[in-house]
Amino acid sequence: MIADWPILSLTVWLPIVGGFMVLASGDREANATKWTALTIAILTFIVSLPLWFAFDSATADMQFVERVPWVPGFDIEYYMGVDGISMPLIILTTFITPLVVIAGWEVIQYRPSQYMAAFLIMEGVMVGVFSALDAMLFYVFWEAMLIPMFLIIGVWGGPNRVYATIKFFLYTFFGSVFMLVALIYMYFQSGSFDILGFHTLKLGLTEQILIFIAFLLAFAVKVPMWPVHTWLPDAHVEAPTGGSVILAAIMLKIGGYGFLRFSLPITPDASHTLDWLIIGMSLIAVVYIGFVALIQQDMKKLIAYSSIAHMGFVTLGFFIVFIISQNSDDISGAVLGIEGGMVQMVSHGFISAAMFLCVGVLYDRLHSREIKDYGGVVNTMPVFAAFMVFFAMANAGLPGTSGFVGEFMVILASFQADFWYAFLAATTLIIGAAYTLWMVKRVVFGDVTSDGVASLEDMNRREFIVLGTLAAAVLLLGLWPAPLVEVMDASVNNLLQHIAVSKL
Amino acid sequence: MQFDATQLIPVLPEISLLTLACLVLLVDLFIREEQRIASYVITQVGLLVTVAVTLAVAGSETQILFDGSYIRDPMSDLLKVGVLLVTFITFLYAKDYLIQRDLFKGEFYTLGLFAVLGMTVMISANSFLTIYLGLELLALCLYALVAFNRDSPQGAEAGMKYFVLGALASGMLLYGISMIYGTTGTIQFDELAQVVSKGDMNQIVMIFGIVFLVIGLAFKLGAVPFHMWVPDVYHGAPTAVVAFLASAPKIAAFALAMRLLVDGLAELNGGWQGWQGMLIILAVLSMGVGNLIAIAQTNIKRMLAYSTISHVGFIMLGILAGTKEGYTAAMFYTLVYALMSAGAFGIIIALSRKGFEAENLDDMKGLNQRNPWFAGMMLLLMFSMAGVPPTVGFFAKLFVLDAVISVDLTWLALVGVAFSIIGAFYYIRVVKLIYFDQPEDETPLSIGVDTQVMLSINGLSMLVLGLFPAGLLSLCAAAIGS
Repeated sequence: MIADWPILSLTVWLPIVGGFMVLASGDREANATKWTALTIAILTFIVSLPLWFAFDSATADMQFVERVPWVPGFDIEYYMGVDGISMPLIILTTFITPLVVIAGWEVIQYRPSQYMAAFLIMEGVMVGVFSALDAMLFYVFWEAMLIPMFLIIGVWGGPNRVYATIKFFLYTFFGSVFMLVALIYMYFQSGSFDILGFHTLKLGLTEQILIFIAFLLAFAVKVPMWPVHTWLPDAHVEAPTGGSVILAAIMLKIGGYGFLRFSLPITPDASHTLDWLIIGMSLIAVVYIGFVALIQQDMKKLIAYSSIAHMGFVTLGFFIVFIISQNSDDISGAVLGIEGGMVQMVSHGFISAAMFLCVGVLYDRLHSREIKDYGGVVNTMPVFAAFMVFFAMANAGLPGTSGFVGEFMVILASFQADFWYAFLAATTLIIGAAYTLWMVKRVVFGDVTSDGVASLEDMNRREFIVLGTLAAAVLLLGLWPAPLVEVMDASVNNLLQHIAVSKL
Repeated sequence: MQFDATQLIPVLPEISLLTLACLVLLVDLFIREEQRIASYVITQVGLLVTVAVTLAVAGSETQILFDGSYIRDPMSDLLKVGVLLVTFITFLYAKDYLIQRDLFKGEFYTLGLFAVLGMTVMISANSFLTIYLGLELLALCLYALVAFNRDSPQGAEAGMKYFVLGALASGMLLYGISMIYGTTGTIQFDELAQVVSKGDMNQIVMIFGIVFLVIGLAFKLGAVPFHMWVPDVYHGAPTAVVAFLASAPKIAAFALAMRLLVDGLAELNGGWQGWQGMLIILAVLSMGVGNLIAIAQTNIKRMLAYSTISHVGFIMLGILAGTKEGYTAAMFYTLVYALMSAGAFGIIIALSRKGFEAENLDDMKGLNQRNPWFAGMMLLLMFSMAGVPPTVGFFAKLFVLDAVISVDLTWLALVGVAFSIIGAFYYIRVVKLIYFDQPEDETPLSIGVDTQVMLSINGLSMLVLGLFPAGLLSLCAAAIGS
């Protein structure tokens, strides 16, 4: 029986061990090193596939569970398992990483072995975050993510990389240490670090609010939510293309995942009491950050801000559920909100990855991210232009692409909560279209503006494979989101039933 | 009390060390300059033999000997092994450094071994007199070692400063001891604990005694506001000496705190009137001042000195929790810290060479290009000091925070983590210099094979212990007896 194998452990440790192997092999045989890295990344993806195919979507219980003591003195366990919420995100991680490895193939000349190793180790650690069911195991993976990312931005990043990476590190470190204190506090209340045990732990409202704030600091920084989002544009702009892709496609999702796994089920009453705060922050992200994106001159910065706006949808979808369940006894609206947020996370994983890779394609040729340095790219790079326009449309939420599904579900849910929430959220369809399409217009269309653009060569096979794969994923999820929604349905319903019961 | 030769068995580690120190002293007199390596080899082999002896006499029972002035218990066994191994590591790092600077003298090993003897005596002390004896033996050797490079004015200044302040601290400690003796009538820790539990003493004199005791202790540990000597000594002393000074004696200082405060005065820890309150103040100040001032340093030895101060604050958090879990956590932290500190100074030593002292942060620049492997080791050490998982430094901090929160001092845990965010900055700045900057000095590193192996073990231990912290933790828990 395939479900009895330690698939989660394999998915975590295969890339980490492989990463260290790549690291040890050094740069003398750069090509062999890259092929090894790619093989490991693809192998990890294949290993992770049973999680999807052998997944039982009828139950909300944890599946593929592995549980052994780790630090018995402090009741810390090596306890992993997935449900419908974490499993799609793990597949997303293992799907994106090979693409990142391919995307860095020729571009990275400085110490490619360290570069590839960092991404592989990163992959394993991120899968670990999604699959950990022990709070300390979760925290170890959560913090361990910082080290490879810190190096990726700092070593292979742009001119202002040191500032960006230290800001990134300190922001996220700041956010997470308070979560650590909250986790230890709950350990003494419940007697173990079992996250599912935390879910059923009775807590008073004051305790819940303090714990909720500690979690909020950690997750809001990671998502990032306005007003703690300022590290993201810096980090994105300075990071190498692969780093931006991983940041946008997966690391941001970890914040959203944290809300679903920790904040909502552990502190439902505090979440209810403070939902106005999160909804407000989300709407500001959607509207205000959308406008901020509009005026950006730098393509990567624009996409970074658009990521913040899109993640605003995710948190909005998660936290309107309290208002919806107040308005009606039917939880289907609330289910729509959370599932919409989840679909939005996965879809944004594909689209933002693709957008950053598109910018990467241009940057590798002209070494500029400024919009004004481009213009008329379609004349010299028609194939690339087709992809870029497609992904831009997806980013703007065109029906038929995955970008539409999530946003539509969240807006639909918001209508059941409050008309004005839905109204403000829906403005993104206009603002989002404005900033994305305006950028595309300036970069892709028009006459050829400079010699640089005139000398551009169209995408090579490697770039085509990467973007083509992502385009297929975006279309597939846009046209047929049902499998994804079905997978998470039982878990989301279970979560909603859980948080509907007050812990007080 | 009848003397019986079997009583000497638990003291075998000390006997072995003393024999070793005398042997090195004698042998060194009769060998030629180019054979000096023999002193080193004898010392290192002797240290390992002493480890074996310590393990051989170890056991789970507690033995009190020599009219109650000496104790051998699981805690002393573990701490002694820790001291001996860390000393072994730092002596190994020191060898090439000393040879290159014409400091390769037998006295280094003699003084070092007597210092180790002092530490083991402290660790096994069961009365104020024994502990003072061990402390002074350790301190006198360290004063001399700090000024070991006698042609260096900085070294002499550091040695002098250390001596004057250290003597002052010893005086304070002695004064506190005399007060406590005056009001309780005993210098033996187990008897002291009985007197205290009966309440058969003058409260005011007792409190004053504890205050002086804690001041003396804080001096030795280097806790704020008694930390002034630490940066100057670290800066002035030869790096090889600092590597030793910054690691093994910390374990002994932890033992000092445990013996003085926990063995004898455990019942007086409660609240602000007991030593818990005093340690809270010292711990918060140490973490704050240590971490903040470390940011401003450009000299890496001074930076690590302030980092020591902040780590001492964290160790105190564990002790002041006043529970077995707390002592276990503090012990775990101390042992891990000694390893981290030895490793960090080991890297600094490896970066130095004849005629060039790696002292400034800028000397770390571009290490990844000069030598990726040791850059990786330093990365692990720095992230471990910052307390970032999956390195062991995280678990050290976690266990201490755990202990502090378990006694409802959550605010103190919050203060601790807040300062560790500040602390993270200067550790990752080192990583930044290593990985993100271009080297100013392209000279390839010439590191001896033995040092290479040891540095690798030391660096990788951060990761291995971080992935499998349970073993060391259960050793510490067994040593504390929880």
